[in-house]
Amino acid sequence: MRTLKFLLQKEFRQIFRDPAIIRIIFVMPVIQLMLLPWAADYEIKNIQLSVVDHDHSDYSRQLVSKLTASGYFQLENYTGSFDKAMESVEHERADLILEVPHHFERTLVKENESTLFMAVNAINGVKANLGAAYLRSIIQDFNREVRLEWIQFPRFNPETQIEVTASNWFNPGLNYKYFMVPGILVILVTMVGAFLASLNIVREKEIGTIEQINVTPVKKHHFILGKLIPFWVLGLVILTIGLGLAYAVYGIAPAGSMLVIYGFAAVYLLAVLGLGLLISTYTSNQQQAMLLSFFMMMVFILLSGLYTSIDSMPEWAQYITKINPVTYFIEVMRMVVLKGSGFRDILPHIMIMLGFAAILNTWAVINYKKRS
Amino acid sequence: MKAGNYIPGNGGVTVNNIVKKYGAKKETIQALRGVSFEVNRGELFGIIGPDGAGKTSLFRILTTLLLPDGGSAAVDGLDVVKDFKEIRKRVGYMPGRFSLYQDLTVAENLEFFATIFNTSIEENYELVKDIYSQIEPFKDRRAGKLSGGMKQKLALSCALIHRPSVLFLDEPTTGVDAVSRKEFWDMLGRLKMQGITILVSTPYMDEASLCDRVALIQNGEILAINTPQGVIDSFDKTLLAVKSRRMLPLLEDLKAFEGAEDAYPFGEYHHVVLRPGITDTHAMSYLSQKGYEDVQVQLITPNIEDCFMARMAKIY
Repeated sequence: MRTLKFLLQKEFRQIFRDPAIIRIIFVMPVIQLMLLPWAADYEIKNIQLSVVDHDHSDYSRQLVSKLTASGYFQLENYTGSFDKAMESVEHERADLILEVPHHFERTLVKENESTLFMAVNAINGVKANLGAAYLRSIIQDFNREVRLEWIQFPRFNPETQIEVTASNWFNPGLNYKYFMVPGILVILVTMVGAFLASLNIVREKEIGTIEQINVTPVKKHHFILGKLIPFWVLGLVILTIGLGLAYAVYGIAPAGSMLVIYGFAAVYLLAVLGLGLLISTYTSNQQQAMLLSFFMMMVFILLSGLYTSIDSMPEWAQYITKINPVTYFIEVMRMVVLKGSGFRDILPHIMIMLGFAAILNTWAVINYKKRS
Repeated sequence: MKAGNYIPGNGGVTVNNIVKKYGAKKETIQALRGVSFEVNRGELFGIIGPDGAGKTSLFRILTTLLLPDGGSAAVDGLDVVKDFKEIRKRVGYMPGRFSLYQDLTVAENLEFFATIFNTSIEENYELVKDIYSQIEPFKDRRAGKLSGGMKQKLALSCALIHRPSVLFLDEPTTGVDAVSRKEFWDMLGRLKMQGITILVSTPYMDEASLCDRVALIQNGEILAINTPQGVIDSFDKTLLAVKSRRMLPLLEDLKAFEGAEDAYPFGEYHHVVLRPGITDTHAMSYLSQKGYEDVQVQLITPNIEDCFMARMAKIY
């Protein structure tokens, strides 16, 4: 016990004596939480629209002003020639072209229908898809308004219409930040837990201090615990800072209990620390550990359901998400923060995470040798 | 070290035919090819050899960091493979590279190593006092900020703080200035008085004369084990020191001399080992033939370096 106490004391001393580490540990989560949620926004705004109006009618002008008033579109130019509009697409100034044909208003009034042409710049696929969808729905809306104008009240409306109204459970405002912030927080905790820990151990290898420790009677489990406990604590500190920021900046207060979040985080950190330890046993210098961590972090983030829905991934990728510990914590965070899930709801997640922790740590301890 | 569970050892080191290979099947490097020697309790034993001779591998095996591929070794009467846990309690190891925590202070490093050996600085202060008192004025300075000589002293203090019965010093004086080297060897002499067995490796042959006995190691093999005086006495060749104004062509000509077994630069002279039956007059006439007029030739008694040079050139 005395040895462990001293190992811990030494470890904390070293961590707090390294100003770079302290800055990384405390500044990194703050900056990431302030920046990333704003950037990781799925709503597409500021779509540059180029309108080719051959009609110059009342309706065409109404349509254009309705589009620009929606907030999604910015009118890049308003011309009478398609070539000109195409040119602005070629110069990456416009994302969408809407062409209003000659006699648009006349045919609409006379024949009860008319056509519009839409051309989409598909270089940015997401923007093109969503932009086109927004445009279509606004035009439909416009269509309905036009129709309403014609209906003579109180004449009976012969058309039956099904109108759908939706209500969003757990996140009524569909605020994507409620969804992203907890996920980003998970990534931060993972980075501290797994990667700072592995770098720390590898550094001892690199400097050669591990050699000096290995000739002492220090027990393997003491040394490993001495390495894991500080980062376990730091992980929880990061989580606390993150939750505080989420509340202060985005007003996100978990619907569920804090105890559930911390309870799961405690188990989760055991698993990712095991991973960090494992990385450190397979690498011999900080560069290798860094590259390996970077690679794993990319896979973890992209296959965790943080940015993209797991259900829409191909089947093989879905299997990978199952062996990715980050997936489970993100799921739990969202469940607890948005839905208010309790311990009973996340019990399967806890069990799986305990499994991860047991496997990763055992593997790492077996692979950690005091002699070669 | 608690007296209660201490298994008394013989304090010595026995190495028996140790073999160590590195690398996979095809490109194996034999670091040690059957090394054997014995060190008695309280002896200052030097292992002298050029870089890559296998000194560090040998030390790592004896300090239980490396498993030998063959042979056996015992430290303080304990087997290095079987009883590695017990050995770790009673050896001190100072690796060639400074490997203490650079971001901890001098005092913190010493305290840390005292604690993990289950002892305290106070308990064994007597032993390290001599060395540690020299760096004590800087005890709040971080180890990384110490000068080379002070780092050496701190590393030695840390390796001694648990009162080991055997001390392993791997190239302790590499990269240390001449004054500090002298001091360091003086300290080793005092530690020996305390009954600690010391194994020290060094690439510097002049340090060999400071040991009780030395082993010359090259390419993973021990070439000779003897006392420094014994090494010198066993040298039975004629040795010349030669000097002239044109030293570089002189060396080449000496190497080409048929009566010379070996010639190598040595300080401001070149040393020449003569073949049996050849005398300094032969050498003189050879050199004047070659056109050296100012040449000085004198017969000298060999020192330990000459003996090692001859051993490594395998000429006796």
